[in-house]
Amino acid sequence: MLLRTAWRRAAAAVPVAPGPKSEAPTRGLRLRVADHAPQFAVPSDTATAPQAESVLRPLYMDVQATTPLDPRVLDAMLPYLVNYYGNPHSRTHAYGWESEAAMEHARQQVASLIGADPREIIFTSGATESNNIAIKELEAAIQPDTSLVSVMTVNNEIGVKQPIAEIGRICSSRKVYFHTDAAQAVGKIPLDVNDMKIDLMSISGHKIYGPKGVGAIYIRRRPRVRVEALQSGGGQERGMRSGTVPTPLVVGLGAACEVAQQEMEYDHKRISKLAERLTQKIMRSLPDVVMNGDPEHHYPGCINLSFAYVEGESLLMALKDVALSSGSACTSASLEPSYVLRAIGTDEDLAHSSIRFGIGRFTTEEEVDYTVEKCIHHVKRLREMSPLWEMVQDGIDLKSIKWTQH
Amino acid sequence: MAASSRAQVLDLYRAMLRESKHFSAYNYRTYAVRRIRDAFRENKNVKDPVEIQALVNKAKRDLGIIRRQVHIGQMYSTNKLIIENQETPRT
Repeated sequence: MLLRTAWRRAAAAVPVAPGPKSEAPTRGLRLRVADHAPQFAVPSDTATAPQAESVLRPLYMDVQATTPLDPRVLDAMLPYLVNYYGNPHSRTHAYGWESEAAMEHARQQVASLIGADPREIIFTSGATESNNIAIKELEAAIQPDTSLVSVMTVNNEIGVKQPIAEIGRICSSRKVYFHTDAAQAVGKIPLDVNDMKIDLMSISGHKIYGPKGVGAIYIRRRPRVRVEALQSGGGQERGMRSGTVPTPLVVGLGAACEVAQQEMEYDHKRISKLAERLTQKIMRSLPDVVMNGDPEHHYPGCINLSFAYVEGESLLMALKDVALSSGSACTSASLEPSYVLRAIGTDEDLAHSSIRFGIGRFTTEEEVDYTVEKCIHHVKRLREMSPLWEMVQDGIDLKSIKWTQH
Repeated sequence: MAASSRAQVLDLYRAMLRESKHFSAYNYRTYAVRRIRDAFRENKNVKDPVEIQALVNKAKRDLGIIRRQVHIGQMYSTNKLIIENQETPRT
């Protein structure tokens, strides 16, 4: 834990807003002032000149935490951050009309990805807000027989896919509302709210190569699902979510959904191949590695492995050139092992040894190979230092040991 | 301009690849080069001229996107990744 906070402090000290490369790299936050603004001329050589003292960046293998913006998404958003800055709820001028048109186009793009009607999409600040709106509906319903089932489509820690269509069928037959948090699934596996009888769905922008700070909730109209607004105000989004809709962000979400729809098959094939490569290479070279989660009902881009006799945090710190995680980002501050792993019955010691590898649209074979190589090297090294490993090599059954109390 | 000829499609292909190699971010650069190659390869046997024209138009729009995003990426470029020094950028 101490190592991790030290690393975070060091990382925060690296300049976060790189200015022109001609000045000497400084530690500490670099604030933007007028004369340090990026050059507007044709890209100069200084933009790409190598620096003697610069720190090379780690590979990004943590797509479940967040994803980079797809360049196509940024390209769609920028006009609305530069010239088309109107409030989409302004009814009286072209700035408002063009902003509204963009918002409605984005709504259509989101709806199209999940087989919904655009009127069933409400924009929110993210999947967390969408989840809260969906669950609040449960409190709003006062009948004792009304209830709600809420299930993640794809788990963010181990990548397991839930049988959504089956759950949907059961809920529908029992007249129970069905909500799913599809943040990790939207745009990656085919989803259809009608085929799967989903009543409420949470969508997150920054998990599908879109911007952070935006998401959506799908709310079924037929049969009507009533939700209570979390935030009240000017009545935007059919009164279900007041607040000016952030046009640049929703345009980004819409573009991300459209790109995802086009690229789903290609991405899935490639990610599956890379995932296979990663797991096979690691398991061939290291004994006592366990993949967490059902291998059959599994989204390939999220691989959670437990390396027995190696402490997860130590391995993460050793793999300093690769951005990884052991467990979900939302609980990363605590030292507790993942509740997900505990829930699937993972042994306490294996739960502490787990690492999550994320493979996404932009992950390359080279990155996978480098990660695998470093992982194998450090697991071997850490095991060499482990007295537990030594005991296992000597044939001692660890479960038979009576540890003395101190 | 008549319906897109083979030469035009090849010119477009080369222009897209050439531009994509200027992405300063390793992940964007490798993705663009790989995706362009795979997309043109996947569509190489399309015969319907209407479909070909639609694909060419989309490619032209994508070339515009690549040009703008390459430029932006260069203006906001940062340090290279740990694996970039070890080998020349491939797909």
